[in-house]
Amino acid sequence: MAQQYKLVTCTINGKEVSTMVDVRASLTDMLRNDYRLTSVKKGCEVGECGACNVIIDGEAFNSCIYLAVWAEGKNIRTLESLISPEGELSDIQQAFIDETAIQCGFCTPGFIMTAVEILESGKHYSDDELRKLLSGHLCRCTGYENIFKAVKKTMLRRLGKLDDPFLKA
Amino acid sequence: MYDMKALYEAGSVEEAVRLRIEHPEAQIIAGGSDVLVQMREGKRAGKELISIYGIDAMRGVSIDENEAIRIGSLTSFSHITRDPIIQKYCNVLGEAVDMVGGPQIRNIGTIGGNTCNGVTSADSASTLHAWEAIVELTGSNGVRRVPIKEFYIKAGQVDIKPDEIQTAIIIPKESYEGTYGHYIKYAMRNAMDIATLGCSVNVRLSADKKTIERARIAYGVAGPVPMRAESAERYAAGKSVSLETVEQFGAEVLNDINPRDSWRASKAFRQHIAVEMAKRCLVCSIKLAGGEI
Ligand code: FES
Ligand code: FES
Repeated sequence: MAQQYKLVTCTINGKEVSTMVDVRASLTDMLRNDYRLTSVKKGCEVGECGACNVIIDGEAFNSCIYLAVWAEGKNIRTLESLISPEGELSDIQQAFIDETAIQCGFCTPGFIMTAVEILESGKHYSDDELRKLLSGHLCRCTGYENIFKAVKKTMLRRLGKLDDPFLKA
Repeated sequence: MYDMKALYEAGSVEEAVRLRIEHPEAQIIAGGSDVLVQMREGKRAGKELISIYGIDAMRGVSIDENEAIRIGSLTSFSHITRDPIIQKYCNVLGEAVDMVGGPQIRNIGTIGGNTCNGVTSADSASTLHAWEAIVELTGSNGVRRVPIKEFYIKAGQVDIKPDEIQTAIIIPKESYEGTYGHYIKYAMRNAMDIATLGCSVNVRLSADKKTIERARIAYGVAGPVPMRAESAERYAAGKSVSLETVEQFGAEVLNDINPRDSWRASKAFRQHIAVEMAKRCLVCSIKLAGGEI
C-alpha cells in the first residue's frame, strides 16, 4: 500500500503549526523529527518509562504510544515551553538542579512535564499522593528521592508553604 | 514509526461501523496503550487499524433516561476516577481504574479498551462483573446490549460482531442503588504492574444495617476470564452482618474460583489470597454501607 500522509494542525508550545505526517508516526516522532523538540526522549517506546511524556490539553501523556494524527486540534506542551523568553529556567527546572534531581538527565523532561501537571492543579498533595502521581516514570540514576524533593519543594513554594517546619528534616 | 499497513480514522460511530464492514481485517484502536504496544512487539505488525479515538461522542459519564449510569467507552480511566457521578454511585470503579498502570497510562487508557481486549487481569473487569454492568454495542442493525458476563467469551475473546464497536458500559439503577463496594488489587508493585489477583465486592444492607440483603463478588485472574463467586454470593444473601458471615463468605469462594499456576504466582498462593481478599473487601464494603463490624 502507498504511504499514507495526513495534514495535522495543532498548537505546540503556544504556537499554531501544521505539517504533513506519515500516519504511522507516533507523536514522539512528530515532535522530534518535524519540530526538533528533542526534550521528548525515546526511552522504551512502549509506554513504560515516561521519557517521552508531554502535556496534551492539560494532561500528561506518553507521546510514544500516541499517534501523531491524534494531535489534530490539540494543545501540546513540551519542556521547551518552560523556559522564559529571556532564557531563564522555570522554578521546577531550577529545583531539579538545586536538589540534584538530575544525573544523566534522560528522564528529566518527562518527569518535569508530569510535575507541571501536578503543580498546575494548585493542590497540596501528601507525600504518598505525590509518589503515586510520579510513578509513571523510570529513572536509572537518581534513586527518585531527589526528584520527589524537587517536586515537593516547588509545590510548597508555589503554595507559599515552604517554611513548613516538617520540611527542614 | 509503527509498522502498520493502513490507518482508517472514524469521526463518528456510524463511520466506525462502516469502516468495520469495509475493512474486516482491521483492528480497532481506542487509546492504543495495548494495541500500539503489541504492534511494537511485532504481534500486530503490518495490520490495518481503525482508530475510534477521535469519536468524542463516546466520552463521558452520564445518567440515562432509565437512571442507569452510562459510561462512554472512550472515557479514560483518570476521567472515570474524577467523575462526580462515579464518585457518588460507584466509587469503587473509580478506585479500581486508578490502579491501572501509571498516571500517563490512566490518561490514555479507556474503559472500552480495557474490556474489549478480554484480559482477565484488567482492573476494571472484576468491578464491572460485580456490579453486573451491561455492555452496549453498536452495529449496522443498531444497538445490542449484553451482560458483561456473557460479553467475555474466553481469554482474549469478547462478543463483538464484525460490524460492531463497543459504545458504552451501563450500570443499571437496580445494581448501584444503596450499594457500596471495595476493590483490592494484589500486585508485586504499587504502580505499573498487572494484578496477581483482583477482587471486587459490593453489598446492599437492610435498613437497620444488620443484614446483608445482597453481596456480590468478582475476581480477575482467578480464571481465564473475570468471574463471579456465586456460591459465596448465595451464602451471604440474607445473613447477619457478623464476622462469622465474613469468615464463611471467604471460605465459600474456593468453590467458585479456578486460578492457575503462572510465573506471577502459584495456584495455591492465589487461592490463599483470594480468601483473604474476599473477607477484607466484604468488611470494607459493609463499613462503607454503614454497617458495624
Ligand atoms: S519512551 Fe514513551 S514511555 Fe518510554
Ligand atoms: S537522571 Fe538518568 S535516568 Fe534519571
